[in-house]
Amino acid sequence: MATGFFTSVDEVAARLAEAGYLASTAVATTVFLADRLGKPLLVEGPAGVGKTELAKAVAAVADARLVRLQCYEGVDEARALYEWNHAKQLLRITAGRDETWDQARTDIFSEEFLLPRPLLTAIRGSEPTVLLIDETDKADVEVEGLLLEVLSDFQVTVPELGTITAERRPFVVLTSNATRELSEALRRRCLFLHLDFPDAELEQRIVRLRVPGLDAALAESLVSVVGALRALELRKHPSVAETVDWARTLLALGADTLDDAVVRATLGVLLKHQEDIGHATEKLALA
Amino acid sequence: MIAERLTAFVHALRANGVRVGPSETVDAAAVVEVLGLAHRERLREGLAAALLRGERQRAVFDATFDLYFPLRVGAPATPTAEVTELRDRLAAALTAGDQAAMAAVAAEAVQALGRYGNSPASDGYSASQTLDRLRPQILLARVLAALRADRATAPDFTERLQADEIRRRIQAFRDMVGTEARRRIAELRGTDRIARRAVAPTVDRIDFLYAGRDQLAELRRAVRPLSRKLATRLAARRRRASHGEIDLRRTLRRSLSTGGVPLRPAYRHRRPQRPELVLLCDVSGSVAGFADFTMLLVQALRAEFSRVRVFAFVNRMAEVTELISPALGESAQRILTEAPVMGLHGNSDYGTALGEFADRWLDAVGPRTSVLILGDARTNRRDPNLPALRLIAARARRVFWLNPEPPSLWDGGDSAATRYGSVVPMYPCRNARQLGALIERLLPV
Repeated sequence: MATGFFTSVDEVAARLAEAGYLASTAVATTVFLADRLGKPLLVEGPAGVGKTELAKAVAAVADARLVRLQCYEGVDEARALYEWNHAKQLLRITAGRDETWDQARTDIFSEEFLLPRPLLTAIRGSEPTVLLIDETDKADVEVEGLLLEVLSDFQVTVPELGTITAERRPFVVLTSNATRELSEALRRRCLFLHLDFPDAELEQRIVRLRVPGLDAALAESLVSVVGALRALELRKHPSVAETVDWARTLLALGADTLDDAVVRATLGVLLKHQEDIGHATEKLALA
Repeated sequence: MIAERLTAFVHALRANGVRVGPSETVDAAAVVEVLGLAHRERLREGLAAALLRGERQRAVFDATFDLYFPLRVGAPATPTAEVTELRDRLAAALTAGDQAAMAAVAAEAVQALGRYGNSPASDGYSASQTLDRLRPQILLARVLAALRADRATAPDFTERLQADEIRRRIQAFRDMVGTEARRRIAELRGTDRIARRAVAPTVDRIDFLYAGRDQLAELRRAVRPLSRKLATRLAARRRRASHGEIDLRRTLRRSLSTGGVPLRPAYRHRRPQRPELVLLCDVSGSVAGFADFTMLLVQALRAEFSRVRVFAFVNRMAEVTELISPALGESAQRILTEAPVMGLHGNSDYGTALGEFADRWLDAVGPRTSVLILGDARTNRRDPNLPALRLIAARARRVFWLNPEPPSLWDGGDSAATRYGSVVPMYPCRNARQLGALIERLLPV
């Protein structure tokens, strides 16, 4: 059942931190549970809070290969599961002109002509695997049906070959930006984790980990400014990635304290809409 | 023991509108087994992962969790009776941003200041009484002064943000007092009863008619996510609908290249024509919250329509399309002050308003227009002016009336709901969830 990467919640937090991912209690607990109960982990949250990063970090600490299925509108079975290599099959048939149809048929529907796509790849291997299904909400509803079989039984049926069952369960992470409500059936098979913006203390640690040259006092100030911006009603709130970008910008500019001029000049790093910038300038009373 | 607690907890969640099936309950039990009961916050996150299916349910979950897995049992060990001392300690905790100390003060404050009644049947603990006596809001200046004194260096940029930060901490403290008071009452009266009553509903289930100021603000914040979701669904419906029938002429011409065998059929794609939308909103006091939310939602969805026009009325009709913006605060309030929606008196009058619309803006309604009328159809016993509504309905592609009152109230008092309902279809629309479902279902592709 269990993927068996971790033995305790504390271990999850510590090892993820070593890999450069600072996990909150919620993240560490849920990752541990997903590992222990062998259930897929559905991570939802605004863009740029580190949903994809989490899967990569888990793969890194567990020394597992990362198999990634990037979902988009129109992704289908052939892109997600497997496909027969038609060109190669045709070549094989043309090459063996003298043999009977029965011989050819058994031969061209064998492993050699199968093109495994991410889902099948993740299930087939025997080494530890992290399967990342990214932006699940972008895929069509039909693909969810496909995922149901894979995620509940960890098996894939190829009519010509039979059913392929996972020897070793992959650690599955699904991410979603919640642009579309995922189906109830899919949600029920997963553990749910809402990843939100980190609290001020955690965000300071993240910034200082990612931007090592940054002064502690400046990190505190800039995180509190970002916190204030997130409390405003904006079209898009600054994400963790943008906080880190901003910290890098400030470091590059050589600013050691925040003042009106610096903030106004660099606000574009944090906010990506003109009306947001106007709104924030007004609310922060930038002179 | 723990199994009973868990099932009682799950039942309480269900009673509060969180859908939890048996399989989730089994998962939750597995979570408890794996995590143990040693760390309360881990247990909270673990159970949330197993039981919840969306972030919107989180507030309900947290409040219920605090009731069923309380931080402590009974009264705090060292109760302090002095208001001033509690205030001092709260100020210190707020200055340091120390959550645990704030929670301790909250517990003691509820014990010392929140108790009311003296007979066993009628006594209890009140959060509002505690807060009235403690008045944490007056600490703002003091905490700010303390922070300023702390800071050795010159004031820097972040100082202007501190007031807001402290206000957020005070709000967090108020929430803690609420949680603590609920927990204490639950100990007196039994957890199950309190869980059913004292937990606030999720945002999308807040009744428009009874929403308070905070809830309306929360609703406004929910507009963007909801509109994004609706837009995706409308787009998907439109995409599916444009899979047209086979175009025979083009299929035959194509088949010539494959020796007359129609290998690749050609489809007749319908030209996507985005519908127009006209919104008529009653913005009088009784239904203002509903109108406000719907106007914002429709405005956020305007990319899905070729044209959106919004009209508002109390007893006069006025076009307010330009006045609506989420950044500008409460639209209904602005409309009341800036647009001529009221005549000589301030009571709503649907008949006159509809008549005026039919006179002046009937050209806004054409064969591609869907008209949504929002209001409780309470005309203060004036003439409902059904012919005007018939005129609008005859020109429009579709007309719907969304009524924030439940159908059981439609015929009480001065409501003309049934009479209007005989001309155009009328739907009850009491919360954001119903509104989303109606917009998705009703609007043509």
